[in-house]
Amino acid sequence: MPQLPALLTDWFTAKGWSVHPHQQAMFDRADRPATLLIAPTGGGKTMAGFLPTLAELATGQHQGLHTLYVSPLKALAADIKRNLRTPVDEIGLAIRIEDRTGDTSATQKKRQRADPPHILLTTPESLALLTSYEDAPRMFAGLRRVVVDEIHALAESKRGDQLMLALARLQTLCPDLRRVGLSATVEDPQAIARFLARHPDPCEILLADPGPNPDIAMLETEEMPPWSGGGAAYAIPAVLDQVRRHKTTLIFHNTRAQAEIFFHNLWLANDDGLPIGIHHGSLDRTQRERVEAAMVRGELRAIVCTGSLDLGIDWGDVDLVIQIGAPKNVKRLVQRIGRANHRYNAPSKALLVPANRFEVVECIAALEAVRAHALDGDPRGPGPRDVLCQHILIAACSGPFDANALFAEMTSAGPYADLARSEFDACLEFCATGGYALRAYDRWQRLQQRPDGQWQLRDPRSAQRIRQNIGTIQDTDTLKVRLRRNRGGKPLGEIEEGFAASLTPGDTFLIGGQIVRYEGLREMVVEVSRRADKKPKIATFMGTKFATSTQLSARILDLFAQADWPQLPHHTAEWLALQRRVSRLPERGRLLVESFPQDGREHLCVYGFAGRNAMQTLGLLLTKRMEETGLNPLGFVATDYAVLIWGLEATTDPAPLFDIDSLRAGLDQWLAGNAVMKRTFRTSATIAGLIERNLGGQRKTGRQATFSSDILYDTLLKYDPHHLMMQITRAEAMRGLVDFGRIEEMIARVGDRIDLVRLDRVTPLAAPLFLEVGRVPVQGAAEEQLLAEESARLLADAGLLT
Amino acid sequence: MNGYEFTFAGERLTALGSGALWWRERRLLCVSDLHLGKSERIARRHGIPLPPYEVTDTLDRLSADLERTKPETVICLGDSFDDAEAARALPEPARLRIATLQAGLRWIWIEGNHDPGPVAIGGTHLRELTHGPLLFRHIAQDGAQGEISGHYHPKAALRLRGRNLTRPAFLVDTARIVLPAYGTYTGGLRSDAPVLAQLMRPEALAIVTGATPHAVPMPR
Repeated sequence: MPQLPALLTDWFTAKGWSVHPHQQAMFDRADRPATLLIAPTGGGKTMAGFLPTLAELATGQHQGLHTLYVSPLKALAADIKRNLRTPVDEIGLAIRIEDRTGDTSATQKKRQRADPPHILLTTPESLALLTSYEDAPRMFAGLRRVVVDEIHALAESKRGDQLMLALARLQTLCPDLRRVGLSATVEDPQAIARFLARHPDPCEILLADPGPNPDIAMLETEEMPPWSGGGAAYAIPAVLDQVRRHKTTLIFHNTRAQAEIFFHNLWLANDDGLPIGIHHGSLDRTQRERVEAAMVRGELRAIVCTGSLDLGIDWGDVDLVIQIGAPKNVKRLVQRIGRANHRYNAPSKALLVPANRFEVVECIAALEAVRAHALDGDPRGPGPRDVLCQHILIAACSGPFDANALFAEMTSAGPYADLARSEFDACLEFCATGGYALRAYDRWQRLQQRPDGQWQLRDPRSAQRIRQNIGTIQDTDTLKVRLRRNRGGKPLGEIEEGFAASLTPGDTFLIGGQIVRYEGLREMVVEVSRRADKKPKIATFMGTKFATSTQLSARILDLFAQADWPQLPHHTAEWLALQRRVSRLPERGRLLVESFPQDGREHLCVYGFAGRNAMQTLGLLLTKRMEETGLNPLGFVATDYAVLIWGLEATTDPAPLFDIDSLRAGLDQWLAGNAVMKRTFRTSATIAGLIERNLGGQRKTGRQATFSSDILYDTLLKYDPHHLMMQITRAEAMRGLVDFGRIEEMIARVGDRIDLVRLDRVTPLAAPLFLEVGRVPVQGAAEEQLLAEESARLLADAGLLT
Repeated sequence: MNGYEFTFAGERLTALGSGALWWRERRLLCVSDLHLGKSERIARRHGIPLPPYEVTDTLDRLSADLERTKPETVICLGDSFDDAEAARALPEPARLRIATLQAGLRWIWIEGNHDPGPVAIGGTHLRELTHGPLLFRHIAQDGAQGEISGHYHPKAALRLRGRNLTRPAFLVDTARIVLPAYGTYTGGLRSDAPVLAQLMRPEALAIVTGATPHAVPMPR
């Protein structure tokens, strides 16, 4: 077994450090084709990944690229570069370390291709782009190791699928390439190992000492949480008090909108003027960088943030994490908690703040799960085919390819190990001709087969367009927001286009913690002025609407099953006891349905506990069924745990409503014309190269030449409904926003054990649903009706009667 | 008929929900910006194979309008073909389909910026056409009267009790009408874009297309 070179051990000794056992274990396994290290934040994970590289490069013999480091964040690549520089310089090694991301200059990029550094730090997108160049074999010649950081985050998204296809490519170029994955704690390490390794290579999993258990509790407040809502404004004084008593606090929120509101309210109550910043993905980059820099300098006492701070950068001084709102998912909660106290062997400290009464139950269930080390997560299913299509095009950019060889290469990537040849062929056909039932592009195929059977781009110039489209991250349709000035004021961030369209001059909204007044739209930039005297509207940000995980939902139901609830605050325990007295509590393996009149309407409350997206879908499908059976539904509202439907008639027999075949048939009809499907189609079609990514600034400049992707969806639905893109769209929607899988699971779990409880009034558990926002009206010809009314009114107002 | 009737230059005209303009008295149907062959042009120029069904879909809808109105004259108001090559490359079934639609009708192709000059497809090819008090051309010109044009693909964006709605629209004032684009693969320019806001007079209406067309003051 090779020994760590004296150069390195001396350096450790000089620093007064010792090599961690997992760092030594990683070094001992440096020759393995694939190794996965699971270690807590601050456990010297990066050093563990790079030790073999430093040892191999210390000899000074290696020419060219040796190690590729890939992380999901540009900022992380820059951070690691700094952190590696220190030992390399102090030991005096002649090692070139460079990063390459979207921010790297063109000259630098060009030089890197001609003369690559020893260690290159990059992102999945930049790597995919590198593999698309014809000179990729030369650049990657000699590559020995690849280190994938934060692989647990990449494995959850298409960015990871893309990365694994790129690694498959690199492995073809460099057969001896060894892979290392660095991961935070996950529920299923085997799945990440399969994802990382070349199929069917083995991949050993090393588990570092997870460190002490976190110090985690629910925040005690004097005031009771409200019945509904997500703002947690009641907890502001208690949160400020915690900020005061800690050095640096991260205050996590589940959505950007909630982060904005909370930040606003926090400042209204911040009488001591504690330096508190805000950080989320919709803020302008310079704003975010300013907050990050202030954080690094230790100038901030707290940052209100979202998932944008879930990963990476080491900010040592954080000593408290506060999670506002139910965590929805135990694994993410654990990872967030790990953001506090990056020192190894010091417990992380975290507080949970439920935003409403139901979330008290969810927070307690999550706390118990964290203490029991019971993480959750759903298997992701096979690698998506839109990413595969993009990768076929990338392969074509780098030169002619043989279909058999490419299929063999792609199926060596973990996510695509089970890909059928017929599926690959359909993707290749799509890339070549569009794959339509109507053959139309014989002359203008994108890919052509040469006489020797190899595939190549018909027009080599199209490589440029394909390269511009590389990547799987979707910008939602957002517009930039700037302060109005003579020559373009300060950029503040972005808001969704749909929200921008709902504004009229004079409206106010919150962005980056300040209230601004909408002045107008100029060249697709939202212009605003500062304004602080009006109650603001709430900007909507797409963000992800996380659904409560299956495992956490099950824990909540288990908690309900207890005889009493000593671990719950008194008010919440009382509430559950009252529900048990007047109706019953939902149980595992059964479905509770309550029916009661309220405010002159009949209500049906279904406690499905299937997560927000699935419950929303269930609401749509149930109201459709009720419409068919004459129950005259008027609308519904859904949360993670229940859907409340109101209408004209009382439901006496719920069983027929939950017939899975009828629900599925309803789903098919409803899905076809649904906005969710169109949005999913746009995403997948862009990744697959059917629609060009909206290049910054060019998008929707109102030019009549560009048309909406919805038209393509409608056209395919009408003329080619079984087309590959439609299959992909459906598969994506079913596991994403529609989440029908969880409805099927729920119905399978429940069987015929449906308990209808008829009551004469609203129940304690159903009452908060009456206060929920996001009510969905059931409509037929409503839109035309609204338009007719509006037309009549506007024409009358304008004195333009015809 | 599903249409919005109004008086323009002394004539009674009907804006159909499909985006076609119907002049009942002269039995004349006018459509603009068909952009036939757009998917073919995009495949040729950019290598991107869009679903190749837009010619079929555009002609299906035109055929339905011909069926309902039974015109004697049809005017296609320019940009009927996405470019000259697209017109040449139109597949045989589509050519036959157009020939069938044209049978027994006076068919006029007005030239547009995408399809200047004649194309080898039946019908009369003209720069512009005056018919009674009305003048048909592709792009609106300053100071025109009784002018009917296309080119801009106008659409109107409305807010209806909290719901946003954007649809292709006719823009109508006392001097001119701008038709919405009829082709399936066409986008739109919102009526509040400066070029349209300047072109149309203050009293202009937008007639929003759809199941039943409705008029509103032109959003600007």
